[in-house]
Amino acid sequence: MLYDILIAPFADFAFMRRALVGSIALALAGSPLGVFLILRRMSLTGDAMSHAILPGAAIGYLVAGLSLWPMTIAGLAAGLIVAVGSGVVARATILREDASLAAFYLISLALGVTLISLRGSNIDLLHVLFGSVLALDDATLILLAGIASLTLAGLALLYRALVIETVDPGFLASTGRAGGPTQMAFLGLVVLNLVGGFQALGTLLAVGMMMLPAASARLIARDITSMLAIAAAFGIASSYIGLVVSFYASLPSGPFIILVAGGFYVGALVFGRAGGLLRNLKPKRHLEA
Amino acid sequence: MTQEMNSGHAVAIAFHDLTLGYEGHPAVHHLDGEIEKGALLAICGPNGAGKSTLLKSISGALSPLSGSLSAPRRRDIAYLPQAADIDTSFPITVLDVVAMGLWTQCGPFRAISGRRLEEVRGAVSAVGLNGFEDRVISTLSGGQLQRMLFARLLIQDASVVLLDEPFAAIDANTSADLLALIARWHDEQRTVLVVSHDLDLVRDHFPQTLLLAREQVARGKTSDVLTTPNLARARSRAEAFDRGAAVCARAA
Repeated sequence: MLYDILIAPFADFAFMRRALVGSIALALAGSPLGVFLILRRMSLTGDAMSHAILPGAAIGYLVAGLSLWPMTIAGLAAGLIVAVGSGVVARATILREDASLAAFYLISLALGVTLISLRGSNIDLLHVLFGSVLALDDATLILLAGIASLTLAGLALLYRALVIETVDPGFLASTGRAGGPTQMAFLGLVVLNLVGGFQALGTLLAVGMMMLPAASARLIARDITSMLAIAAAFGIASSYIGLVVSFYASLPSGPFIILVAGGFYVGALVFGRAGGLLRNLKPKRHLEA
Repeated sequence: MTQEMNSGHAVAIAFHDLTLGYEGHPAVHHLDGEIEKGALLAICGPNGAGKSTLLKSISGALSPLSGSLSAPRRRDIAYLPQAADIDTSFPITVLDVVAMGLWTQCGPFRAISGRRLEEVRGAVSAVGLNGFEDRVISTLSGGQLQRMLFARLLIQDASVVLLDEPFAAIDANTSADLLALIARWHDEQRTVLVVSHDLDLVRDHFPQTLLLAREQVARGKTSDVLTTPNLARARSRAEAFDRGAAVCARAA
């Protein structure tokens, strides 16, 4: 009985297995990036960057139609241009990073929508924006797995510098020049994951997979190691539960995975022991020292 | 006015006609001189005198508008800015923040050996934070935070230590402990530069002083520098910013 409900959809249907593997790969790589985005107070950066990718994906689409590699490579290029461009503007002008990123992504979004409307219908635009987790082919799956591996390896290499740069950027700046490259490499990984994510879940929902598990973990965990682990666990659980429920309820899978992640978030918001709402309602006890 | 340091000592930091500032407006004007290795120097002056700007420049974070500055490599300098932009909401422990001081030795990849970890624990206890090793930094008081940052400076093991207003908003007890650390660095022949507004503290603990008011007012033995006429002169020269100022003739 339990097997029928929980395992059979994946045993019986290849598209469900692919969807699960693809979304788990996204969760594994995206959630730690989301943790650092939140700790760096850059929670909206993922959203902004996801728009920045659009004109690249649109150019890839105009040149080669709905195919994986042209859209991926062009999307990656557009995202990196915006990441580097807004970083350079923030360092060289009076504008802070948030303002320069906002300017870049708004221009990008307008450009992307214009480019897509040059050819194709609204349905095509919906594919770019919302993806289709149930239609992952081998090439996409390999891309997602490759991106996840690269991201985890990259984060392992960046980890120490990234933590220091987040806690005390002035300290890192006073000891050398590692700060700038660290931030750029980190943003590069964010772009890479959003590009991977728009294949499976679409640009908008890929950001949800990055940010929602991380925000939930922030409410629960008291140190960064457990925050990373909890975020990844929420991401994987959201993928699995979202796929199973949407399978039986005939709901769209991509958005439903994000809704499940949103459910975890609401739970953490209420019950989170590190920063949830109920924590404030408990009768206050205090210690001797 | 200028009282040069004893020649014959090795030089840690040297200024030659150094002008520092922001967007062309000088904060420190035409500074000359040398700071010998092992010096314990207080930098005093009114608000806007250019004290923090000078430290920032020695740390390598600000390039001169003109003139030159010679200082050790960044990795040989430990710098504690006035308002360290440390994010106290980050879920990280005291021990891990102090271990950041190993960055110049271990860099991004090298493993932190057991011996080094012992040094980090030693530094935490040297600043009086025994038992706080695993505390998350958001739970620390202002004084404890400053003690933690001093422990990180200990671990940095740098030949030049730059401290910008390290005793601001710190109680007498903590100040005394931190001054003892500064004295220890001085005994170890490190060059220590400390910006401070507290003239009594400077008179009691710093053998040499540089009095700054956008340019050097006086430098040398603290008792010779912090005199009433010098301090009056420093006050009268502070904070001049003129949007329509002419180009400095000495810069041409």
